[in-house]
Amino acid sequence: MSSNTFLYGIVAAFDSAEAVLAAARRFREAGYEHLDAYTPFPVDGLAEEIGFSHNRIPLIVLVGAIVGALLGYGMQYYSAVIDYPFNIGGRPLHSAPAFMLVTFELAVLFGALGAFLGMLVLNGLPEPHHPIFNAKFFQLASQDRFFLCIKASDPNFDEERVGALFSRCEPLAVSMLDEEDLP
Amino acid sequence: MASRAPLMKGEQSYATVTDHISSTLLDRRTPRVLWYGFALFFLMAMGFLYGVTYLFVQGVGVFGLNIPVAWGFPIINTVWWIGIGHAGTLISAILLLLNQRWRTSINRFAEAMTIFAASMAGLFPILHLGRPWFAYWLIPYPNTMGLWPQWRSPLIWDFFAIATYLTVSALFWYMGMIPDLATLRDRAKNPWSQGIYGALSLGWRGSAIHWHRYQTAYLLLAGLATPLVVSVHSIVALDFAVAITPGYHSTIFPPYFVAGALYSGFAMALTIAIPLRAVFKLDDFITLRHLNVMGKVMLAAGMIVAYGYIIEVFIAYYSGDEYHRYMMINRAMGPYAWWFWGMLICNVVFGQLLWFRWVRTTPVVLFFLSIVINVGMWLERYVIVITSEHRGFLPSMWDTVSSTPWDWLVLFGSIGLFFTLMFVFVRLLPVISMAEMRELVHEQHESGAGAHGSGKESP
Repeated sequence: MSSNTFLYGIVAAFDSAEAVLAAARRFREAGYEHLDAYTPFPVDGLAEEIGFSHNRIPLIVLVGAIVGALLGYGMQYYSAVIDYPFNIGGRPLHSAPAFMLVTFELAVLFGALGAFLGMLVLNGLPEPHHPIFNAKFFQLASQDRFFLCIKASDPNFDEERVGALFSRCEPLAVSMLDEEDLP
Repeated sequence: MASRAPLMKGEQSYATVTDHISSTLLDRRTPRVLWYGFALFFLMAMGFLYGVTYLFVQGVGVFGLNIPVAWGFPIINTVWWIGIGHAGTLISAILLLLNQRWRTSINRFAEAMTIFAASMAGLFPILHLGRPWFAYWLIPYPNTMGLWPQWRSPLIWDFFAIATYLTVSALFWYMGMIPDLATLRDRAKNPWSQGIYGALSLGWRGSAIHWHRYQTAYLLLAGLATPLVVSVHSIVALDFAVAITPGYHSTIFPPYFVAGALYSGFAMALTIAIPLRAVFKLDDFITLRHLNVMGKVMLAAGMIVAYGYIIEVFIAYYSGDEYHRYMMINRAMGPYAWWFWGMLICNVVFGQLLWFRWVRTTPVVLFFLSIVINVGMWLERYVIVITSEHRGFLPSMWDTVSSTPWDWLVLFGSIGLFFTLMFVFVRLLPVISMAEMRELVHEQHESGAGAHGSGKESP
């Protein structure tokens, strides 16, 4: 273990979604901004409670679908009309109705890739190492425990005040979380 | 709503749900019956490899194909498999958008079923090619021949539809599994499992912000998959409907094929769900209510299929086209009449059993019925493909065709490969979404005690 550790934040564990939601609200009202919650299933409204507002996933999906559609149609138009015009059974070179199916499929494909990759990239995944994994009993965050972390980077951060505020939220446990300095 | 049976039996908490589902993967030994099943299907999968190898060495002549009947078994099997592959996305995506909570315990394995079935469907057109090594010519890429695919051909649409469907289904399946893989990573005790599940979980830590983006992305994927699933089987139907052959050339094909896909897909989902809940003791989560509801969906889809059969007969008469009329008469009374009547008995007559609640809620009966319907749907594709082609417009074009042992070996081999993959899946990955089950537990606690805990089995 290197001795270069510094405080990452203070973590509290709760046993219900309602408790972590109430605690997050209390900290937000007290003016804290750098906090994150970890839950075993999506808790409605928790992301908003810890100050998350811009969800850019829908825009990424829309752009992906439009790019897919344009690419699909463009590919067909270019190949059938410009690059290799060929009369097949007297059909028009630009057969718009027949081109729609591939256009649609590619719109869906690119939209779906946008949703998946957008989710990963915006969430910063894959990220195998994260300080929060060192929190006590954090393996329960994927089972039945709810965690709230107030990061030391918060401008209002003060160990004693955070500890006092946490104790009013009736958590199961509160612990200090250190982060190791990367060499 | 309140009078309905619960979606979970017994008193369940976040921990019990997680424990029960993950312990089938991490703690319990492989049940012996699973080994026997795996051995049988693995043997069949080896038969598939043998059949395909022989096919590649000898050429498509080993199949029962001739010139009026150029399509034969490979295309029958493609359509059958892609149909089976439709229920997974229906269950996952459409029921998610409709907020049907009963999808939660059955969506994961149904999605796996979709991916494996769609993979089988994707193989058969390649096996049917005279020169399978040129299959990649379907992909549009600038090549030295200076050629492009023919965009007006349904076969190209088919390639794009199936490839997109496979990709999107796989994304949907994997994305839905990320939180569960994190749970397995956290619960696994041996370092190998920890490492593998850990790598697959991509470092998921359940951050509220991550969950928020995740849910939006998941919902949008569902929204994209819904029109996609309808488009895929419609495009497969266009492979037939665009041809001017009597028996193929029909506007009812796309909706009728989609309904048939739901019918066979739900049948296969039941064929898998019923043994699964017995072997892994998942009847707390896949309850009789689930089976009952799936039976009802099957009944509705089956009625649409039956309507399709009636309309086909009616249009043959009403069109006034003598070739079309003859095709229909030949279908019912010609050399393949047995297959036609077998199809009607399996799909229409046996399907009516689903009107009875007793049938829908007795797992053994429902299991055998689901197999009958799977067979019936295969017969439907046989009837459509073979009887439409074998007697064309002029008697000089007529010929009959009979299947060879290689046809059957490859068909049953593909079934073996499909179930082998399913067996591997149920042993290595969570068959029920634990994160969504926890969400369901949370909702039920919120909506009050009345909704759960009665433990009664009446659906």
